[in-house]
Amino acid sequence: MSNKIKVATTSLAGCFGCHMSFLDIDERILDLAEVAEFDRSPITDIKHCSDKVDIGLIEGGLCNAENVHTLREFREHCKILVAVGACAINGGIPAMRNHIPLEECLEEAYLHGVGVENPRIPDDPELPLLLNKVHPIHEVVKVDYVLPGCPPSADVFWKFLTDLASGREPSLPYELVHYD
Amino acid sequence: MSIHTISIDGQTVPFEDGDTVMSAATRAGIYIPHLCHNPEFTPHGSCKLCTVKVNGRNCTACTFPADEDQTVLNNTPELTELRRTITQMLFVEGNHFCPSCEKSGNCQLQAVGYHLNMLDGHFPHFYPSREVDASHPDILLDRDRCIYCELCVRASREADGKNVFAIAGRGVLNHLVVNSASGLLKDSDLQASDKAADVCPVGAILVKRHGFEAPIGARIYDRQTLAEASLAREMRPEGAENE
Ligand code: SF4
Ligand code: SF4
Ligand code: FES
Repeated sequence: MSNKIKVATTSLAGCFGCHMSFLDIDERILDLAEVAEFDRSPITDIKHCSDKVDIGLIEGGLCNAENVHTLREFREHCKILVAVGACAINGGIPAMRNHIPLEECLEEAYLHGVGVENPRIPDDPELPLLLNKVHPIHEVVKVDYVLPGCPPSADVFWKFLTDLASGREPSLPYELVHYD
Repeated sequence: MSIHTISIDGQTVPFEDGDTVMSAATRAGIYIPHLCHNPEFTPHGSCKLCTVKVNGRNCTACTFPADEDQTVLNNTPELTELRRTITQMLFVEGNHFCPSCEKSGNCQLQAVGYHLNMLDGHFPHFYPSREVDASHPDILLDRDRCIYCELCVRASREADGKNVFAIAGRGVLNHLVVNSASGLLKDSDLQASDKAADVCPVGAILVKRHGFEAPIGARIYDRQTLAEASLAREMRPEGAENE
């Protein structure tokens, strides 16, 4: 058994930009691999968390029933849950639909939008049900830390994870706090 | 003439007749976080962000008169916490999607969040429905971002002599109204060169065709902290242009 900290990541209603930004830590990922191993994550293609994960990084907000399910499952397995990026923290860009009734959003996208062919609102039973509004994740589960930004910079991920890995209380210096 | 002084965080600060705690502090180069205060206009005291402790009692520095024997606390962990909570409430009560906002990087609400190391909104979001008014050829009014500071109201009245704006309603029904028969900006006498079009501390009133002029990294609060930028603007006796 390794003593490495287990890190899991996943994305809800987000654009994967936060994951891309995480990868911008570039070659520092090798230093990270010395102390951490990836559990569930698009990098490992593991679909469900193993029993105990130390740090769970979650990007994106809640826009459908599946997001809520994934979030609850993720929370259950992660000792420390981190809301990463504007969507997880306040709904972000997806939450800009919150002013508009869901029906109108669907009609605009699938019936009346420019260039729509065979207009029809998708209704396959496999599709997760949309929520009326997009919500940030702290409205559903307890969140331990937040990393602001759209996306948070690679340095934010680096500072946060190295703080935790070396047993320090994570903190972001002034220069690293951005909402955009 | 006797020299009057107050103490702010242990520092002796002179004040003149008519000074508020805020104006005395600003002249001495001490930054007290604020949003609805702008030294060019009559104090309004609505945002409560400038809350300081004067002789043990919470007061808004922008409206509270400086007086002999005042011991003022400004930069304390307790007040920072209180101001952070106020700022979080301002964020969740409006629709502040900074990544898509053209004021981002030049916005005082955002910069005050950075100053207070605010990382999230903490509270459940209201996601209120508010009207956008894009009717005016040169000016956009996006009420989603309004924080009810009344700076546009005061600027229109005091600087432009026009009374274009007012706040109507109470509580969650609070909203910015435009003084024209249709209620639309295009039918008001607001012009892009008016002070009221340029005074909004957030991205609620924007002059069109000027968005995203400075790239990320070169915007006001990328280069300066809000404390530095505010003091640079406001320590000048005759006021200065706003961002
Ligand atoms: S007004 Fe300021 S706080 Fe609001 S969305 Fe725009 S940049 Fe963000
Ligand atoms: S529109 Fe801007 S200046 Fe006017 S009250 Fe709202 S936030 Fe203040
Ligand atoms: S700045 Fe004093 S109450 Fe707003």
